[in-house]
Formats: sequence, structure tokens, C-alpha cells
Amino acid sequence: MSKFLYASIGRKFLMSVTGIFLLLFILVHLTINLLLIFDDSGALYNEGAHFMVTNPAIKIMEPILALGFLVHIIWSLLISWENYKARPVKYKKQDLSVASSWASRNMLILGALVFVFLVIHLANFWWKIKVSGHDLLNQGLEPGADMHNTYLLVSTLFKTSWFYSLLYILGGVLLGLHVTHGFWSAFQTIGFSNKVWLNRLQTVAKVYAVVVALGFAIIPLYFMIKF
Amino acid sequence: MADKILKKLYIEVWRQNNAKAKGKFETYTIENISTGTSFLEMLDILNNDLIEKGVDPIAFDHDCREGICGTCSLYINGRPHGPDSAVTTCQLHMRKFKDGDTITIEPWRAKAFPVIKDLVVNRSAFEQILQAGGFVSVNTGGVPDGNAILISHEDAEESMDAASCIGCGACVAACKNSSAMLFVSAKVSHLAKLPQGKVEAKARARNMVAKMDELGFGGCTNTQACEAECPKSISISNIARLNREYLSARFSE
Amino acid sequence: MQNLDSKIPAGPLAEKWSKHKAAIRVVSPANKRKLEVIVVGTGLGGASAAASLAELGYNVKAFCYQDSPRRAHSIAAQGGINAAKNYQNDNDSVYRLFYDTIKGGDYRAREANVYRLAEVSPNIIDQCVAQGVPFAREYGGLLDNRSFGGVLVSRTFYARGQTGQQLLLGAYQALNRQIAKGNVKMYTRHEMLDVVLIGGKARGIIARDLITGEIKRFGAHAVVVATGGYGNVFFLSTNAMGSNGSAAWQCYRKGAMFANPCFVQIHPTCIPVHGDQQSKLTLMSESLRNDGRVWVPKKKEDAQKLREGKIGPNDIAEEDRDFYLERRYPSYGNLVPRDVASRAAKERCDAGYGVNSEGKAVYLDFKYAIERLGRNVIEERYGNLFQMYEKITDQDPYKVPMQIYPAIHYSMGGTWVDYNLMTTVQGLYSIGEANFSDHGANRLGASALMQGLADGYFILPYTIGDYLAGEIMTPKTDINAPEFVEAEKKVTERIEKLFHIKGTKTVDYYHKKLGNIMWDFVGMSRNEEGLKKAIVMIRELREEFWKDVKVPGELNNLNPELEKAGRLADFFDIGELMALDALDRNESCGGHFREESVTEDGEALRNDEKYTYVSVWEHQGEGKEPVLHKEPLIFENIKLSQRSYK
Repeated sequence: MSKFLYASIGRKFLMSVTGIFLLLFILVHLTINLLLIFDDSGALYNEGAHFMVTNPAIKIMEPILALGFLVHIIWSLLISWENYKARPVKYKKQDLSVASSWASRNMLILGALVFVFLVIHLANFWWKIKVSGHDLLNQGLEPGADMHNTYLLVSTLFKTSWFYSLLYILGGVLLGLHVTHGFWSAFQTIGFSNKVWLNRLQTVAKVYAVVVALGFAIIPLYFMIKF
Repeated sequence: MADKILKKLYIEVWRQNNAKAKGKFETYTIENISTGTSFLEMLDILNNDLIEKGVDPIAFDHDCREGICGTCSLYINGRPHGPDSAVTTCQLHMRKFKDGDTITIEPWRAKAFPVIKDLVVNRSAFEQILQAGGFVSVNTGGVPDGNAILISHEDAEESMDAASCIGCGACVAACKNSSAMLFVSAKVSHLAKLPQGKVEAKARARNMVAKMDELGFGGCTNTQACEAECPKSISISNIARLNREYLSARFSE
Repeated sequence: MQNLDSKIPAGPLAEKWSKHKAAIRVVSPANKRKLEVIVVGTGLGGASAAASLAELGYNVKAFCYQDSPRRAHSIAAQGGINAAKNYQNDNDSVYRLFYDTIKGGDYRAREANVYRLAEVSPNIIDQCVAQGVPFAREYGGLLDNRSFGGVLVSRTFYARGQTGQQLLLGAYQALNRQIAKGNVKMYTRHEMLDVVLIGGKARGIIARDLITGEIKRFGAHAVVVATGGYGNVFFLSTNAMGSNGSAAWQCYRKGAMFANPCFVQIHPTCIPVHGDQQSKLTLMSESLRNDGRVWVPKKKEDAQKLREGKIGPNDIAEEDRDFYLERRYPSYGNLVPRDVASRAAKERCDAGYGVNSEGKAVYLDFKYAIERLGRNVIEERYGNLFQMYEKITDQDPYKVPMQIYPAIHYSMGGTWVDYNLMTTVQGLYSIGEANFSDHGANRLGASALMQGLADGYFILPYTIGDYLAGEIMTPKTDINAPEFVEAEKKVTERIEKLFHIKGTKTVDYYHKKLGNIMWDFVGMSRNEEGLKKAIVMIRELREEFWKDVKVPGELNNLNPELEKAGRLADFFDIGELMALDALDRNESCGGHFREESVTEDGEALRNDEKYTYVSVWEHQGEGKEPVLHKEPLIFENIKLSQRSYK
């Protein structure tokens, strides 16, 4: 099996499986996040966040998710390095725009940028919620409520910082670009594609990418505009 | 559609005397080329000039000059087989260029395709991949009647689509990863679509991919550049089929 | 003089091959392992032979000048492959295929060889299907057929317009399987430069490694030459740029006699020449004549306007179009054999009805087929050919009729072989287009693929056993034998001589000049005066070449100009022999048209009384006139008649 994971298709298989897993996670994450803009009191979002923190199934999934990210990232580096080595002398003049999309050629860069965003994102919220704690998390709650005011933490960031709001919009767009290619590519790699399905998958990929990019971008926008 | 004359062209070309020598670009000028001339005929004319001037002519691969043998290569102005779709270099005509253009010609670049001389590269890696399993194990004689094996029109056509690969290597040259997946998948698909080839389909996919990896080709990241630059427009749906065949072979081990 | 025994078995035609197979010797598996065979060339003949011999257990060394066996020019055959399967229930049979081939070859081929070819033809299809050749299929899953020039049945199997490619890839797959098993040692980018004889038997070859320039010796118990035809003597032809007659010519120099060199085929449907910078002619498959109608304008003034570009073909009214093939040959129409179609096109163009700027083109029009069948059907049948045509000419054949003109395509002539495919040198075999045996004076469409594969899969593997059975005690050939040393020395000297001339003119300059002489005097139409003139001109040009050619580059490196120079040096000799042969044969038959021998209405006139023989030329040494031997052709089963396609 270890040989399989280093064979060219095996490596890609791992990228693909972790990728599909992350695509599912993103959908769940987006759904919860959208609660931010449907209830300005924050109660709905806090309920959701509380559910995510306390649900045993999610608790089990959390380390798996982390592993998914880790494998996706490490294998992408491995694959990129192998692919880089396959052409020791580069072309002087290359005209790639006719034959392939920009996103498909720059998945590593897009992925790296998404990764940078992810680190900042984790520092902004996950770190504060899970590890360091933050004053805002305990404010404005009903007395005796056994949960954090995550809504306050998130909405305060977007209401007070143009920089972070724009960064989160950019993050959504970068993720969208990454999945325009990643979505159908993952299915192609596991063999779930043919002449008919290729077009369908590429269309679904575009829809998915737009939903993800718009969905994530709309949240900071909402707070910037409304408040 | 009458032919015009291109008064002057600048040809920037990779010169490398042998596999070990260090190469560099040289620029030559060429005059009065008809737009009805093929690209390789233009190189013939240039070579004729060079020979007369006492310069070593440019070595480039070519043979049938009708787009089927797969011998000609050339990375022209940043694209394998040059600025036209669904053609080999020998089918490319000078009407695709303008007077005064600089045309940059490079060899296929890939670790698995080392340069032999100038624009000629060694593509024997393709041979080795096919030798690893790109066949049906039948000897001459003792086979059933051709009509004893029924094959649907659609399967025969789809198999033929894949089988039309000419083994030129443009897919590798076009791919940012120098991946040979389109080439390998074309052979795997050609045979996997036919009942005769199904028998060994799993071993074939496994062995050919193992050989491909061993020879230093990159992996596929589904950029689709290979399909777009393939002179025979071979579809990446074949790569999906190869992935399917390979994965099912590995998981059934 | 050597023995010209064709070794045709006695007995009724239909039983000859089975009786012969039963009579010849067989090598035991244990002994096959000890025997080595060299196969030069990896087209349909060479690849199928190398693979089949290796499967039997022989140790095979295979050679090709290309970077892969798959690039041999068989790959370019478009239309299809004939086989007497009678799948269409149109009363086809082995006899009918045999009869069509003999008649199509204008009664200048051996009955026994042709019958055998027809007899094994069904096996070829079965073999190719088993290998995974994706032949076209009907909707019910059965194999599809199309019809081809010169016949009245549908017996041609095809894989779109890429049949040669698919058949070659099938043979190449079989070859690859044997290479992987270690039974075939493959030498790519190696060019055979001489055959080595020890004690009168072929024992090996000298080859040049085209990358390093190294001259190498290779030994074996038998040598098979499958190096194709010599059409490139004309410079412009449908052959690949590298196709050459040198391997066959080295065999000729070593005593393998050469048969019917003047029989070359001119293919009627090629894209016309434009300008003087052209390097190569592109064939449009003959299968196009199934659905395309050939015409020129009826009125000379229309032709004049077309040549000047004042009007287009679609401006010419229906009644002003001359469908000259349908007019002259009502029963075969556009499907007359190649030689007839070619000459008819030349006749119209010479009479002033040519339609392109040089007046050397006729129309092949698909308008009528598109009206009848719809564009989709035409696209499925010929899509890739139409695309190729458009890329080259920048014209859309779905809308504007194609322009076509005849071009040199195939050589029916070649090394003389007996029924076992052995040349006049013991242990030296010649198969496929390289030999002369099956097509007479004209080859029918879709028969070259059939012959190459018949020789390689089903004939040579049997007949070579008969010879090798006598060689089982012969030890491995010693490549340090004086004969090898001498051959290598000669090869090296010749290369160095060519290289050191350092004259003023390029190889192509001479090749184009030779091509012009050949096309003008030894081309589609020949006469005594012209042929005599051509012989003198070729000799003069050859002399000039050996004094003034300029070969650049290095000896010990990849050097395409040096390769071309060596091949051209042989083309001068081949061209001269073609002219000599054409001069001897004062009759018109098949692709050989002598202006002195025509009927009253200008059709070719054969002279069976005087010329029912194979012309077999024997080399007498450099600078000496070759000697002509005649192998009489005996027709026991077919009555000779003047070919008529009316």
C-alpha cells in the first residue's frame, strides 16, 4: 500500500480523496457561517457553533479534518516537487493560456494562499475559542448559558476591521478559484468522469466555486455594509 | 486564400550539438517564404541556406510529412506543434505567421525526453512504457474468426478515438508537469474498450503506470493542456478511464 | 548466371500452398532457440515477421532507421485492407480476390503467389481483430466493409482513414511484447548499409548507428529485408521523407536480383503540387473515390477562367462538367484502378482542362454524396481526411471540391523472390513492398497492407523454417570473419568519400534534379527516346553528384544530410535501372505506359506475346551494364485478356 501512495496515480488519489473530504467540510462550514447573517441577535449562530463544539461526531471528525488538511498539503508539496523535477530544462517561451486554465496551472500557489489565509483564520477564531480564550466570548450571554458568544467575536472583527473583512473576502475568492479546478479534478482522478460527465462536473465545479466564494465573501460584506 | 509572401522572418532556434553538449539559442533570418509553404519546408529552405553558408544545418525529426507517423515534434512559439489546433508540425503552414515575426523553436523539454541533437529528442521512454504492457497477448495464428467477437459500433469508435494516438509526445511537451498520462491512457483505453483487451486490462494499467513513473515523467494534475495540444485531439476522458482501471487494479490486488 | 527457379509447387492452384507447407521442413523448438534472424525494417511486413518469428522461438534482431518501429511508413496507409471474407454476401471468394489482383496487376504477377495471398487474407483480419485493431463495425457489432478501386465487391476492412496506422500498431504491439520478453532485440535509429555474405549465404548486415555514427556488424543465420519501396527516386512522392531503396539496393549489389524496377504506381488522388518549395506530396485516400465524383470543365474557356482564379468550381453549371471517368468507363466509373484513373487525369490536364493555376489538377467533388447521404455520413467516413486537406490547402472540401492530381506512390517492382520469398541469395529474404511478387504491373487499392501482413504473419514464418532447418548445425555467426571486416571497410570508405567531397551543391539539389528527370521521362508516360535520354542524364548527374555534393556536419554524430546523401547515391543507380527496364518493356501494362503501345482510342495496349515475363536484372559490378534475365509468367488458370473497365 505504501508503494501505491507514492505511485503517481496513488499520490493523486490521496489528493483527490482528501480534497473531496475538504469540499464537504467547506459546505458544512459555510452553512453554519451563513447563520451569522440570518439572525443579528447572534443566538442562532451561537447555537450552531455550540452544536459544532459539543457534538461527539464532530469531535471525532475534528482530528480527521486536521489530518485531511495535513495530508492534502504535504502531498501537494510532494507532487509539485516531483512534477518540477520532471522538466529539468525549462522552456524559453511558453504560451499556456490557449490550452489550460490559469487556476489549473496554479493550484499550488492558490493552495498556498488559501493556507496562509487558513492560518490567520485559525488564529483569529479557533485559537481564541479553543486555546487562549477571549473576553468577547463571555460577554452578552444569558446568565448561566453554557456556551461561548462566538457571534460577538466574529461580528466584532468584521465590524471593526476593514483589513480583516477584505482579507476574508479575498480568502473566499481564492478558495473559489482553487475549487473551480479542484472539484472536477478530484472526480477525474478517482476515475469518476467520462466525455459526458466531464462537462457536467466542470459545470457543477463552477457553481460550487461561485457558491463558496460568494457565500464566504458575503459575511464580512454584510457586516461592513450593515453596521 | 491565395498564398502571400512573408518577406522576412526571424527564426530563433535551440542549437545543441549532442546530448552532453551545452545548448544555446541562435537566431537566423529567412526571406521570401510563401504562406502556402509548410513549416518543415520552411526549415528545409533555412537549412539549405545554412549549408550553403557553411553552417551546420538544424537537426529536427520528421518523416511522413502527412501528420500520421508522429515523428515531427518542435515546440514553436510556446506551443507543441505550433500555433494551430489539431495538427502536427508537418501540417502547420506558414499562413499562421506574419511578416517580420520572430519564431522561437525549442525541442520537447522533459527529463524523460533528453535532447539528442538540436531539436531532436529521444522518445524511447514511450517505447518502454508500451513494452510494459501495451499489447494483447496473442500469438500469430489460432485466433477466432473476426466476426466471432461482436463489438458495438460505439465501443469500436471510442476505442478508435484513443487508438489514433501517434506517439509524438506533444502531450508531455504541453504538460506543465511533463506527464505522459494522456499517452498511456490512450493505449490503455484503446485496448480496454475492446473485449480482446479486457482480459489483461488490470495488469496492463498497473505495469504501464509503474513504468511511466520509473522513467521520470511527472504526474497528471488535470490541466487539460495535453488534450488541447494533442494533434489527434485525444480526450482526457481516457485519463479518467486509466485512473479507474489503475485504481481498480490496485484495490483488487 | 544464377538459378531463377521460382520453386512454385506443382498441382492445382488451390492446393499449392497447403501441399507446399506439408512438404517443407520445420525446425524443432529446441533448435529455434539457437537460430538468429535479422529483420530490417519495421513496417507491416517487418514488424509482423519479427514478432511472429520471435513467437516461434527464433532470436530476432530488428532494425529501423526511425526512432520507433511505429513510425514506418505503413502507418500512413489510409483506406483499408482487402480480405476474401465474403462477409457482405456479395459473392466474393478467394478466387475472385485472386482474379481481381491478377487482372488489376495487368497479368504481370505470378498466379501461385497471388492465389496464396488471397488464400491467407481472411486469416489476417482474424489476427488483427484478436490483437485489438479497432476496425469499423456495423451497429450489430459485425465488421464493416467498403469498396475500393478496380473491384465490384465490398471486401475492404478499415479503421476510419487510418487503417495502415491501426494495422501497424497491431503488429507493433505484437513486436513490443516480444521485445519485452527479450526475444527481439530492437535497434532503432539504425540504418542497414550492407548485407554480409559468407560462403554465398546471407549471414548478417552492417548498420550505422544514426546517433553516434558508429558502423556496427550484426550476425545471424538469415536476413529478412522489409524496407519498402523506392518511390522517393522521384523526389516528390507520397513516401515518407526517409523512405529509401538502399537496403534492397545493397542486396542487389551482393547478388540479389532485382525484378520489374520500372513498375511504379502513380496514385490518382494526391494533393497537387504548388510552387517549387515543396518537399513531399500528400495522398488523399483512394476510398474517397467511393463517394467523390471526378470531373473537369467541359469547356476550355471555363478551365482557363478557373486557372486564372476568375471563377470557382461551384460557378460551373452541372451540364458543363465533364465526369470523364464515368463517361469513359461507365461500368466502373470513378472506381477504375489507379493507373487508369491517373492516366485519365493526365490526359485531361494535358488537353488543357486542368483546373489549378499550374493546370495540373482535377476536381474530386463530394457535393453529390453530401446531397445523397448527408454531411454527417461523409464526416464519419472521411472526417480526418477532409481535415487534413483543409489544413494543407486552406480550402473546405465540404463546400469546394477537392483538387487532386496523380503522384508517385508505390513500387510494385522490387527484389526478386521465389515462392518461399527468398531472393537469389541463399538465406536472404525480401517481404512486403520490398519484393516484387504479388502486384504485377499495378497494385489494387488496399492490397499493400494485405501483402505486407500476409508475408510477415503467415508466409515467411513457414518458408524461412525450410531454410533454417538446414542451418541448425551452423554456429552463431562470427562477426569478426573477414567478410564482415571487408564489408565494414567498404561501407566506411563510401561514407567517408561522400563526406569528404565537400563540393558546392546540397543533397536536395541533386535529388530534385534526379526527380525531375525521372518524372519527365520515366514517369506516367514513357517512350524510347525519352528513356534513352534519361539514362544519359542520370549518368551525368550521378557523376556530378560524386564530384560536387556538399555534406555538412560530422561523421560521428547525428547527421541527416549524410543519411540523405547515401540514399540518394543509390537512387541514381535505381533510377538508371528503372529506365533500362522501361526501355526493354515496349508494351503498356499497369503503371508502365509506353507511348509506342496504345490502342486506337488511346488506352494502354499490352503485348502478351512478347512481354509475359518478369524482368529480372542481375548486377555485374560497378559501372557495368546489368544483365536481364526473364522469368516467364505462366497462366494456367486465368485467360489473359485486354483489361477493360468500360
